[in-house]
Amino acid sequence: MGLLRTRRSVLPGFGLTLGFTVIYLSLLILIPLAGLFVKSASLTGAEFLAAVGSPRALAAYRLSFGASFAAAATNAGFGLLVAWVLVRYRFPGRGVVDALVDLPFALPTAVAGITLTTLLAKNGWLGRYLEPLGISVAYTPLGITVALVFIGLPFVVRTVQPVLQDLEPELEEAAASLGANRFETFRRVLFPTLWPALVTGFALAFARSLGEYGSVVFISGNMPMKTEIAPLLIVTQLEQYEYGAATAIAAVLLVLSFVLLLGINAFQRYGTRRLAGAGTSS
Amino acid sequence: MTSAPAQPDWTLAPATPPRATSAITDPPWVRVLLIGVALAFLGLFLVLPLVTVFAQAFSKGIGVYVDAITDPMALAAMRLTLLVAAVSVPINAVFGIAAAWAIAKFEFRGKSLLIALIDLPFAVSPVVSGLIFVLLFGAQGLVGPWLIEHGVRIIFAVPGILLATTFITFPFVARELIPLMQEQGTDEEEAAVSLGASGFQVFRRVTLPNVSLGLLYGIVLLNARAMGEFGAVSVVSGHIRGQTNTMPLHVEILYNEYQGAAAFAVASLLALLAVVTLIVKRGLEWRMGRASRAI
Amino acid sequence: MRSRRLSLLLPSLAFILAISGATARADKTLLNVSYDPTRELYDEYNALFAKHWEATKGEKVEIQQSHGGSGKQARAVIDGLEADVVTLALAGDVNALFEKGNLIPKAWQKRLPNNSCPYTSTIVLLVRKGNPKGIHDWEDLAKPGIGVITPNPKTSGGARWNFLAAWGYAQDKWNGDEAKARELLRDIYKNALVLDAGARGATTTFVERGIGDVLIAWENEALLAVETLGPGEYEIVVPSESILAEPPVAVVDTVARRKGTTEVAEAYLQYLYSPEAQEVIGKRHYRPSDPAVAEKYAAKFPKLKLFTIEEKFGGWKDAQARFFAEGGVFDQIYQPGK
Repeated sequence: MGLLRTRRSVLPGFGLTLGFTVIYLSLLILIPLAGLFVKSASLTGAEFLAAVGSPRALAAYRLSFGASFAAAATNAGFGLLVAWVLVRYRFPGRGVVDALVDLPFALPTAVAGITLTTLLAKNGWLGRYLEPLGISVAYTPLGITVALVFIGLPFVVRTVQPVLQDLEPELEEAAASLGANRFETFRRVLFPTLWPALVTGFALAFARSLGEYGSVVFISGNMPMKTEIAPLLIVTQLEQYEYGAATAIAAVLLVLSFVLLLGINAFQRYGTRRLAGAGTSS
Repeated sequence: MTSAPAQPDWTLAPATPPRATSAITDPPWVRVLLIGVALAFLGLFLVLPLVTVFAQAFSKGIGVYVDAITDPMALAAMRLTLLVAAVSVPINAVFGIAAAWAIAKFEFRGKSLLIALIDLPFAVSPVVSGLIFVLLFGAQGLVGPWLIEHGVRIIFAVPGILLATTFITFPFVARELIPLMQEQGTDEEEAAVSLGASGFQVFRRVTLPNVSLGLLYGIVLLNARAMGEFGAVSVVSGHIRGQTNTMPLHVEILYNEYQGAAAFAVASLLALLAVVTLIVKRGLEWRMGRASRAI
Repeated sequence: MRSRRLSLLLPSLAFILAISGATARADKTLLNVSYDPTRELYDEYNALFAKHWEATKGEKVEIQQSHGGSGKQARAVIDGLEADVVTLALAGDVNALFEKGNLIPKAWQKRLPNNSCPYTSTIVLLVRKGNPKGIHDWEDLAKPGIGVITPNPKTSGGARWNFLAAWGYAQDKWNGDEAKARELLRDIYKNALVLDAGARGATTTFVERGIGDVLIAWENEALLAVETLGPGEYEIVVPSESILAEPPVAVVDTVARRKGTTEVAEAYLQYLYSPEAQEVIGKRHYRPSDPAVAEKYAAKFPKLKLFTIEEKFGGWKDAQARFFAEGGVFDQIYQPGK
């Protein structure tokens, strides 16, 4: 243990807690995940590429990535707005609204799925107004995007809020005293400070949406090549007992998501350092 | 870690809103517009769905509602959901405490790697989480055949559901406690040790009270996720009515059988759980003395 | 803190205890792994059988159900799903339990009357009220612009019956010309908008979600849709000919032996042939195997020319290998996106 530790500590329990942590982590997480890659490796290169590169799989990736991106972008815009309104303005019910933002974290995805589908289907409370306008939401990629907007909603709001709260008004006052109007102040002074948090929130929402299953599977219609998201394709292959294909697609999805998560973590560290620098510049 | 930049000697502005100097206050029409748009967006995406769950649940009358939630299959699903929470919450909480202790109170090589690995389940799609256990324990899996021969059933039985859910909810408490305990540092614990306290005494009397709110916070979130998990459980469950269906799966079955009102009735219980979770979370945040943070 | 946690603990425990006592203890439990559309049938039959078993043997038996696409269910059982009995959509899937899992004996089908089929069905077409797209027979499904809903033959038994019904029609129409049959099936599947995992999923897509112009369905699903799901909104179009669909039932010997349920499992399946059970079967839109009961319900089932799988395809083993196995005809003609 002394080899691992880089500094002597008087506190007990290092061996015990680290040991337990590593063992639990390995048993529950690492070994099962390794099983995925072992199974993937058992496929020949040709089989792997056939599974991962089939037109249906490519369509599924395009759909998953496209819808996730659109949803995360929507959440970036509206999330920034919501964060701004919650932090800067007073209005009745502000506390309740703030608490409500976390609803997508707390509500089971299946419940969200059936609810959104019911709302947006042809005869739903919202769908019935959209249909005559020619806007079909349920069972289309638009519906998938809507579900993903719901799922990713809290991410941008919650990453931007702390940054907004910690902003010092002196910066804005200085800009105002130099003749900038509110919009210019926002664009040139505030937005660059918020930018890292915004990107982090966007990326978190994006990563979350990529793997989302429960809320999307009800509203999507699951039409291959059109509204079949990647996680659903994995389940379909599994139901056909084509373990190889399911595993290959899952492995690709997993690697992409993990790379994304690592990127987010790195960017977050970069962002905090930048913010710490910017906040105290005078 | 990073050295803090030189602190200026003014105090930070109050949390919300900033001092209302006219130079930086937005004109009323801007405020009204922005608040309006934000509330409309949230109303559409959050309030409307929440209201819909309850409206649909009672759409066929209270008789149907009560029947739906007292149906034996629904009760079995509730039992299973509670069991899943009762298993995954404590075990992941204990893990979270252990991991946070090791990471926050000591310096060692590979710490960042460990933190990144703990975050892994967040990167995994729920469906993939279920898949990996099928690959391991299914009858065509790596370990499955041996286990089945010896009468141990994991996939298509309750243990598989417990495993998949525990996997999914693995990081919740750890992620909450690690930054918290890092922020709190080791001074108090070291003082306690120097006064002669044993390891467990230090933990129980010094650390635990300090992190109790954060721990509770993580547990509340873990619980909400454990009870509501759908994708991973759907893959490993086998959908045996009355045995391996959790509440979310039961909702799906009812929905696919055209029993919309019944499906929403059971869903309304889950929505109620979500609302309670939000309230408890809010209460804890208020107690912790800071506004909401990102998870 | 501690007292607060305790005070939450007690009501939670009470709640748990309350819902635990909700179900009465059963002496025996059976798991019936079935195909997708039979939910209502077995809901009613299970209650009937439980009453009968208690009356004759004095034992309480609880029957659990699992439903899904027939092929998918068969593989689940092979993969370890502990079914005491299987009631699947086709003999080929039940046979897989013997071939791949060694769970039942080779001669399983002869153990019960009528080749282990207490009920039969066929494949018909379900269209929307007024038949706006003018669908009258199998060939109309191949016309451009028609949205066809049919499940995935890889997972659903009904889907495979659908495929073979269309193929059999093509064989008769064009005197065995395989190329024409392939063309017909290829065009039909090109028009397929979704391939759900099971027959019930396809019905949901067509009825609940309003997708597609025509559903290729089990007769029992079509009748359910017309009578219960959307009265007045759907019409059954009876094709000129179709296939006699024979969904068999079987005890899963190895599992029943291990669980000690062999006697009750066998009785469960045998009772399906009793007059009371055959009444339930007829009521739930399945064609009863008992001739007397079938006579009673003759009016509700459409009259059409039926061929069997043996006549046209030489049985399930051959059909499965030729059409639905890896690289078979279905794989060759179904190219989504092309």
